[in-house]
Amino acid sequence: MSEDGLRAAVAAGVLASEDAHRALLQATVEVARGIFYARASSVLLYDEDTDELVFEAVAGEGADTLVGQRLPSSTGIGGWVLVTRQPIVLDDVSRDPRFAEEAAKKTGYVPQGLMCVPLIHDEEPLGVLYVLDRPQQARFSLEEMELLGLFGNQAAIALDLLRKARRAKAVLEDADTDSALLARVAENLEELDGPRRAAGVELLRSLEALFKG
Amino acid sequence: MAEPAPERPLPAWSLPAGTAESLALPTEWPGRVTREWAWGGSTGNGVRVCILDSGVEPDHPDVGGLAGAVAVEVREGDEIAVVDDVEGDLCGHGTACAGIVRSIAPDCELHSVRVLGAGFTGSGTALLGGLRWAVEQGFQVINMSLSTTKSQFAGLLHEVADTAYFRRTVLVASAHNMPVESYPWRFSSVISVGSHEEPDAETFYYNPSPPVEFFARGVDVEVAWLGGSRARSTGNSFATPHMTGICALILGRHPELTPFQLKSALYLTANNVEGGE
Repeated sequence: MSEDGLRAAVAAGVLASEDAHRALLQATVEVARGIFYARASSVLLYDEDTDELVFEAVAGEGADTLVGQRLPSSTGIGGWVLVTRQPIVLDDVSRDPRFAEEAAKKTGYVPQGLMCVPLIHDEEPLGVLYVLDRPQQARFSLEEMELLGLFGNQAAIALDLLRKARRAKAVLEDADTDSALLARVAENLEELDGPRRAAGVELLRSLEALFKG
Repeated sequence: MAEPAPERPLPAWSLPAGTAESLALPTEWPGRVTREWAWGGSTGNGVRVCILDSGVEPDHPDVGGLAGAVAVEVREGDEIAVVDDVEGDLCGHGTACAGIVRSIAPDCELHSVRVLGAGFTGSGTALLGGLRWAVEQGFQVINMSLSTTKSQFAGLLHEVADTAYFRRTVLVASAHNMPVESYPWRFSSVISVGSHEEPDAETFYYNPSPPVEFFARGVDVEVAWLGGSRARSTGNSFATPHMTGICALILGRHPELTPFQLKSALYLTANNVEGGE
């Protein structure tokens, strides 16, 4: 178990649940949709185990059907953005027959245009953010591109929190590890109050002194 | 035009007395470098341009055919294999870049090196391996509308970029649209490109505050996309092939230019510099 995993597991005893992080991510896509007046927005997280992109949060079109669906990590527009770390904006993309067919199959509607930005945190691309069908009357400007990039940074932080919470949960659920034991102790301690908590803290301090030798 | 320098038995680490004549430039530069001098009448004929990207749809009418297409595969132990590409473009982006280059330099020789498609995990290794391979092939211009944020690749990419520079291969790389550290566009041995909002394909600006060195057309560009289609696109990754195309034009007229001289010619012919007028 890495030190990060251990720290995360212990922290999970005292920090917010995955539900709260998911709500943060949902709020993120709602805001993205709002600031660009878009028809839909979604966040996809890169899943290391399967080497795929997974829809984590969707606002607008596809909100009922897309969460949990998967895309390849290095093909298609999302894969290109993830691998190259470059945001792109495409309009009239529905004229691409392969794209149109895929989109129709997954969501039931084919976007005319899209913006896609990588979500990068600590050098690492964690996933991508899509904004679909912003109003066509406005010509796209570089200011909007910068806004998209800045917003992507914020979404990356939310995604990083969710990912850490999940790792922590996985550690907690694996009852055989030393760190799970430690995490359960931290969790139990949080549930105590009054003299029992004081006694628990005193015992842990003694243990700490013992470990330090 | 002066004779090329004769072969010398010793490595060129220094310039012995009385040999300065041997350094005569194969091309005489005019007092004022203009676009007419730099690429007037050029179509990019004879210039080998590589699109390092998602692959290229070879029969797209805007691409006008490819002289070669390979794919980079990452095998066990991070071993790289370069094989004939039978899949074409897995995204649309490489086709878009190829179409932009073709629209500016219609007679250049276009090659595709696909570094995408093997999954995200091996993508940094594929990028590095593909770039190394492309430099070994001696392409005169390599279009890289992509970058990596992984600092573990920075040193290795830097070495390849320097090797390219000394072997007269110009790397044209997209600057990031976002406030993150990424490579190779930050290296001084490459030509880094950001976007301007003007609609003209041959309008470009020199940036006196690097690391982004040039701004080219990158907003609302009509580009080739998959299935013979077209899309309108925005991003530095579309500005980059505009500079690649202009590099191909200049090298079509002055094939002997080193990357340093080419960058100087770009500077002197930029729209915000005298020769660009």
